[in-house]
Amino acid sequence: MESISSCTSIKNVLLLDSEGKRVAVKYYDCDMESTVQQLAFERSLYQKTIRSSARNDPEVVMFDGNIVVYKFISDVHFYVTAEDHENELILLSVLQGFFESVSLLLRGLVEKRSVLENLDLVLLVLDELVDGGVILETDSGVIANRVSMRGADSETPLTEQSFAQAIASAREQISRNLLR
Amino acid sequence: MVENSIILGSESVKKRDEDSDDVYYSPFWGIEKGAVLQEARCFNDSQLDARRCQQVITKLLYLCNQGDTFTKTEATEVFFSVTKLFQSKDSNLRRMVYLIIKEVCPSSDEVIIVTSSLMKDMNSKVDLYRSNAIRVLCSITDAGLLGQIERYLKQAVVDKNSVVSSAALVSGLHLLKINADIVRRWSNEIQEAINSSHPMVQFHALSLLHQIRQSDRLAVSKLVTQLTKSNIRSPLAQCSIIRYVSQVISQTVPSDNAPRPFFDFLEGCLRNKSEMVIFEAARAIINLKEVTSRELQPAVSVLQLFLSSSKPVLRFGAVRAINQIALKNPLSVTNCNLDMENLISDQNRSIATLAITTLLKTGNESSIERLMKQISVFVSDIQDEFKIVVVQAIQTLCLKFPHKHRTLVNFLSNILREEGGFAFKKAIVDSIFCIIKNIPDAKDPGLTHLSEFIEDCEFTYLSSQILHLLGSEGPQTTDPSKYIRYIYNRVVLENAAIRASAISALSKFGAECPLLRSRVLTLLYRCLHDSDDEVRDRATLYVQNLEKLSLHEVDNSNSHKVTDFALQDLESSLYSYISGCTVSPYSISNVRSASQKSKTEHGISKILSKAGHDSSFSEDVSSSFEQSNLLSNPLFSVYGSVFKVCSSNSRISPLNYFMFQSSKPISLTEAETEYKVNLSNIKFISTHVLSQVTCIVHLFQSHVVFEFKCTNTIEEQVLEDISVSMEMIEGVDFLAENSTISLDRMPLGDEGSTFVIFDRKEGVFEQAKFSCILRFTSKEIDPATGEPEEEGYDDEYTLEDVDLKLTDYLRPTNISNFKKAWDSLSEECECSSDYDIGKREGLQQAVEMVINIIGCQPCEGTEAVPPNSRSHSTLLSGVCIGESQVLIRTNFGLDELNNVTMKITARSERLDISELVHAIISNS
Repeated sequence: MESISSCTSIKNVLLLDSEGKRVAVKYYDCDMESTVQQLAFERSLYQKTIRSSARNDPEVVMFDGNIVVYKFISDVHFYVTAEDHENELILLSVLQGFFESVSLLLRGLVEKRSVLENLDLVLLVLDELVDGGVILETDSGVIANRVSMRGADSETPLTEQSFAQAIASAREQISRNLLR
Repeated sequence: MVENSIILGSESVKKRDEDSDDVYYSPFWGIEKGAVLQEARCFNDSQLDARRCQQVITKLLYLCNQGDTFTKTEATEVFFSVTKLFQSKDSNLRRMVYLIIKEVCPSSDEVIIVTSSLMKDMNSKVDLYRSNAIRVLCSITDAGLLGQIERYLKQAVVDKNSVVSSAALVSGLHLLKINADIVRRWSNEIQEAINSSHPMVQFHALSLLHQIRQSDRLAVSKLVTQLTKSNIRSPLAQCSIIRYVSQVISQTVPSDNAPRPFFDFLEGCLRNKSEMVIFEAARAIINLKEVTSRELQPAVSVLQLFLSSSKPVLRFGAVRAINQIALKNPLSVTNCNLDMENLISDQNRSIATLAITTLLKTGNESSIERLMKQISVFVSDIQDEFKIVVVQAIQTLCLKFPHKHRTLVNFLSNILREEGGFAFKKAIVDSIFCIIKNIPDAKDPGLTHLSEFIEDCEFTYLSSQILHLLGSEGPQTTDPSKYIRYIYNRVVLENAAIRASAISALSKFGAECPLLRSRVLTLLYRCLHDSDDEVRDRATLYVQNLEKLSLHEVDNSNSHKVTDFALQDLESSLYSYISGCTVSPYSISNVRSASQKSKTEHGISKILSKAGHDSSFSEDVSSSFEQSNLLSNPLFSVYGSVFKVCSSNSRISPLNYFMFQSSKPISLTEAETEYKVNLSNIKFISTHVLSQVTCIVHLFQSHVVFEFKCTNTIEEQVLEDISVSMEMIEGVDFLAENSTISLDRMPLGDEGSTFVIFDRKEGVFEQAKFSCILRFTSKEIDPATGEPEEEGYDDEYTLEDVDLKLTDYLRPTNISNFKKAWDSLSEECECSSDYDIGKREGLQQAVEMVINIIGCQPCEGTEAVPPNSRSHSTLLSGVCIGESQVLIRTNFGLDELNNVTMKITARSERLDISELVHAIISNS
């Protein structure tokens, strides 16, 4: 607790597959800039967590002075890492924002295949979730909207959409909610 | 068989299917950097295909993400073509463009190309364009460009849309590192943003404002006061406030009676509706400096609720926090024990391990058996790294409750036999070693367990360690013969390294147990023809030594020398022999034996100090032993072993032309230790320091030896024939001067010793004060020849008086069972009386003071006074010269005015020793 930074700082956010290979990752920690270090971290993290079941509730593990919260959905694994003096529940909210917004954008079909097919969306989620280690947003609905640039088309803000557009967007939202 | 092969066949077909699925579906299968860079040319097409461009950008990002790097020219090329995409009106493509610009991170001379496009987006009507343009621009900008966009950023901070405001604030956090001054100018806007209705904006604004003011303590304190009263609802922001508050608390000096500032705020946060905030507040309370159990109480209750949460992360956080409390205030969390016992079977092994180690810290003596039963079920199915944590916790527990050593050592030896890696086995063996060293009763069972373990141990290192321990500890046990079988089995069955260790161990039995010597010799004869050189050499050496021993029947103290020497001494004496003249044969008689040395060194191990005891006593003694030249002088071996070494202070008074400087007594130890060694350095100063004298008192059974260590620090002078004459100026006649050993020459820059030896009447405990005069012959060195002059002149200086204190007769010892030892001493030799200590700040202070004065070892953790208690009893144990045990019970009481009274009851084998304790107290 000696060096209390001004706010929670995230070390990395990872999305690995069921064999521990990286799908999409983002590191904010300047101590882990080289790919070799990153891959070593991912490997040992994968080995430490693979035996646990984080399918229902997100789980947590501590190692190497880090605290990691993680959740497995189908064949993809979500991880969020920070220093071990961090508040676990804040990390949990980041993790939740991460996998929930991916799930929203992929319309509930969270698996390696669809993640790869929509990798652009996943990368954008990472970009909207954490900015340089600072938590940017954790609400999955907000993140999903920002990723899909809702309201940005045709340079007209949401309020100035035509009636037909509004109906179309509402229909899409309803059908998405039904699908979920 | 047939069925099997069919199943196998179908499986492999299926597998291949899956593989081909993968190949078919993964859009990045066989991706190659060169090809993707080719594809990126489509960015330059006059008719942009937005969808295709998006795909190519994704591919580029995929490559980056997998660890591929672009060369400088490749990156520039990509960057330039990407800038063309600003022409497209497709918003999703634009979003990807923002992302890849950040990823490629152009060099500063290239940035200028996108600046205008990004500036245009910063002024766009679309919020998402604005926010993203801000983030991109701030992440690639340099200080110069910042001036141009500052106006926009300042405006963006107070934008009504949260996405824009957040983007500006977070960018501000990053920009602080580049140009703090610009960001500081936004203070008013940031202040306004704190009151935004959007939670994330609140959080970001708060973080930024705090970061700006971080270096100014007063400003932070003001900010915190303002924040604790404001109405901020965002959980993240509230967590931040809690952090700032605890930072401010840790910086304020606590006053005695005033309540801690902001504590009410923290306590209020425990009732927040967000778990995140509750938890942060609980952690903040736990980490308060010198937190009292009353302050901890509300935090512990919320953590206890979390323990039974359905969320693993919450359970983990709670048990981790409770574990942290248990380190310092185990009593405060005993209420949670029941909940934690349920967690032993938790799915998440980190939670289970934390729960167990916490229970081991908080558990009381009665619950140990039950706990061990639960742990033995659990321990078999966790990983080694968790097991090591458990083993270390058990070791600490065992030192805390020495009576339970049987259960705990049994448990350790059971898991020692289970499967496990080297690190795990080593942790167990180390723990058993530590327990054996500190709990005398555990020695026999511990050694038996270890010797059974080496019967089936796959690690050479551990076997050697254990054999060494058996060799050094085994001969002193009640039945040394039983270990010989175990050791000899190793000689028969193991590899060379272990055989060599086993032979060394055997020889120690032969040397120290005359009854077993002939049998050990028989065994050693069999090893004389071993196939390994080292084993053969050792066997031959030990056979020689033991045969010599049985011929001469030399007394026991010399037999130590046969087998072990203090390695550091041996090394240094060999080194000086080799570097000097090697004509005469090397003599080993100057090397002191290790057992003599180690007797004082192995007091209480570091682990104990973790458990709240203090190990510095043993360190002090061993360090003053290191400094002493006494043991290298064979003359003193006839006096038997040293009872205690005390440093005394001697100081040289000023005399004629010598200037005088003396340092104040330097406390070599921390202020809280039980035993203090004062050592003062005496320096003559003419123009430089001439010489330096320190006195060390060595107490023997029937002798007292004063050692004066002298160092000459001036090159132009030789001091010869140094001696000290001592005269008792205070005290009754119980010492008779025996002899003086003078120092031929005071070495330059190194220490030489002169001794004054007194015979002591046994059974008399008196204090005394001596005046000391240093006598020597001083010779000038002729600067021309470098040789000292023939004629010197005699000189003398008065040194500071030396004390022999009553406490010098007592030495702290650790005993495992105070009550049993107490009852075994008769009541007739009991002596008790009451003392009034006067006003103290608390009982802890009084206890520490009394321990300091008496200089005995506190037992069973009784030196720690529970916070806020009005009465306390501390148990002390020690040994008086003549090896008779002294046990002391002290009862302390505190009245309303903080006056402390105490009652001291001492028991020992003789009444006069019990009286000695009281004499010590009343003298101080």
